Amino acid sequence: MDLFGDYTLRLVAVGSAVLGATSGALGSFAYLRRQSLLGDAVSHAALPGIALAFMLTSSKMPLVMVLGAALAGWLATLVVGVIVSRSRVPFDSALGMVLAVFFGFGLVLLTHLQKRSDAAQAGLDSFLFGQAASLLRRDVVTMSVLGVAALIIVAVMWKEFKLLSFDPEFAASLGMPVRKLNGLLTVLLVLAIVIGLQTVGVVLMSAMIVAPAAAARQWSRRLAPMVAIAAGIGMFSGVAGSVASAVVPRLPTGPTIVLVLSAAVMVSLLGAPGRGLLWRWIRLGDVSRSVDLDPVLMHLYALSMQHEDDPEHGHSVAVLRTMSRADADVAGALESLADRGLALRTESGLWAPTPIGRREARRRVDAETEDTR
Amino acid sequence: MTAELEIVLIAVVTAVAAALPGTYLVLRRTAMVSDAISHAILPGIVIAFFLTHDLNSPFLLLAAAATGVLTVFLIESLMRSRLVPEDASIGLVFPLLFSIGVILISRYAGDVHLDTDSVLLGELAFAPFDRMVLAGVDLGPRALWTMGAILVLNLGFILLAWKELKLATVDASLAALLGFSPAVIHYSLMAMVSLTAVGAFDAVGSILVVALMIAPPATAYLLVDRFAPMLWVGATVAALSAVLGYLVAFLLDVSIAGSMAVACGVVFALALALAPRRGLFAQARRRSAQRLDLGVRMLVVHLLHHQDTPAATEECRLPGLHHHLQWSEARTRQVVGEAEHRNLVERAGDLLLATTEGRRLAEVAIVGEAGG
Repeated sequence: MDLFGDYTLRLVAVGSAVLGATSGALGSFAYLRRQSLLGDAVSHAALPGIALAFMLTSSKMPLVMVLGAALAGWLATLVVGVIVSRSRVPFDSALGMVLAVFFGFGLVLLTHLQKRSDAAQAGLDSFLFGQAASLLRRDVVTMSVLGVAALIIVAVMWKEFKLLSFDPEFAASLGMPVRKLNGLLTVLLVLAIVIGLQTVGVVLMSAMIVAPAAAARQWSRRLAPMVAIAAGIGMFSGVAGSVASAVVPRLPTGPTIVLVLSAAVMVSLLGAPGRGLLWRWIRLGDVSRSVDLDPVLMHLYALSMQHEDDPEHGHSVAVLRTMSRADADVAGALESLADRGLALRTESGLWAPTPIGRREARRRVDAETEDTR
Repeated sequence: MTAELEIVLIAVVTAVAAALPGTYLVLRRTAMVSDAISHAILPGIVIAFFLTHDLNSPFLLLAAAATGVLTVFLIESLMRSRLVPEDASIGLVFPLLFSIGVILISRYAGDVHLDTDSVLLGELAFAPFDRMVLAGVDLGPRALWTMGAILVLNLGFILLAWKELKLATVDASLAALLGFSPAVIHYSLMAMVSLTAVGAFDAVGSILVVALMIAPPATAYLLVDRFAPMLWVGATVAALSAVLGYLVAFLLDVSIAGSMAVACGVVFALALALAPRRGLFAQARRRSAQRLDLGVRMLVVHLLHHQDTPAATEECRLPGLHHHLQWSEARTRQVVGEAEHRNLVERAGDLLLATTEGRRLAEVAIVGEAGG
């Protein structure tokens, strides 16, 4: 490969890495705050901003484009907010409507621009599906500066953002300026989206927000590792996808990145330890499939919690029977739990959970509380 | 029929056909599913096209509708696994399917009439060139026939399943209790959405379908309360937006689909601002009326509290009133004017005194209706 190709590839790789890390990290917050689809609206809504910025300044300076896109995206979030708070139109309808109407306005502006005879507007439509190969040095510099700035703000405001994502009421009761923090987090999300538009495109940029976070969520239940993993997945997918599309002809960048991302999500959903679907299926001979095993194990665990100093304290079948459904085969369930090493019969004929059984039961309790959060 | 008239007709039929299922999407709070479906049907269309090599094959419609239903199924399976919340499930499924479609097109269909731009954006202006010719007779543009058929299908489905759709939308658990399967209704509705999205695809592209499906019903939702009016007001708004959008596009020579979407948005914004009871202006007017009424009540209570005491000459003196009530002078003037207008207060030289009626209002305000 010649020197020019090498240089372009390096540029593309750096740019995609920055945008992957930024959107992965900020996407995690959006994911936890149930705002995954807001990214979709913001990225579509950025199109008229890009077109207007170009119409007003006649320049394709990256900072101008990013600023136009960010203003339009931010405006879209405000409009959604006004519609939801001031009318009975539900959130998802407001999102879909704003997304499509802004995008339609963008199209109107683009078709208007295309009538211009000067070729200056060429390349604007690469914003639809992204064109990594069109990245210039100045684009990557702008992306990097903005991306790193966004990440630094996240690091500085870490504690506030964390509280805001998990328990906004509590944050408010501590006297935090919840509204301002909300606004700041939204602005950062908008920033993370617009710096990716040229590479990934307005149509698919929302995947850069949702997918890394959804994948990372399977590997960790703590925020810091989740954000780090999401940033990592975003970086990897961004670099892999955009380099592939820069090397292979007729392979659009945005869709390629989305394919890599989706593969990462699938691997995470299936294989993440403890939570993944594969683990769920194969774990301990699939206890949950058989109707009576699960409750009996949970009852045994509940009883053993009463004897924390001696968790192997035995309990009679009769007690377990009163705790179970009337028609449950408790004795049989205990036998098969014993076969699987989840329960044991003491010398006096009573039953207790084994350490493995207790760990399995605890995991279910955790999973349960997590789901109801 | 001139080409312009044909375009307007196609636009109106498409908009109305989209607004009908859209009404249910808005009410069922599943509007974003239309976004997901309209993107995700792309691979279905592309694969069916590779198999039939005919963009007009009805097989394309069926394949795309099936892909739409598959999309909904995938989203719901992801949700049911409880590994991913609902909004993220939508955000994971449709980009993947759409990407597969786009990559298939740009890798293998580079030289046929199927490019990403037309898929995404649609081009209504070309619709009249594609004619429906039967036994040598020109029956009009094909898109008009396709969308007309879909419109009739949607109407028929809504009329046939009127009660079931209504019940499942308003109270899904009651519907299940009465023996209607919400799943069957849900998936039929999604099939209807998919079919409409495919049909509209050619004309307006995959993203603007969303505007046609959501914005007119959302507009109707601001204006009316009952089910049937929502459907026909939504359809009327859709038709109106389509005509308006076409006119603007024609005058400015820009994308028809884009301008139709903008028209939908403008009409919604107008309704949001001006709707008789729910609009922003109505809300503001109601709020200021309430504020004024509260002011009048506070004024008469203040007067009643002081007017028979020695401090009356100070507390009830008009020029200093705003000071005692801690209001701005303008607000004081406005409230006093309103109170005079309602014969609750009267002037006695410099002093302002509550009338009998004013006293009664003040007593009611203090001790409540029953006590007074």
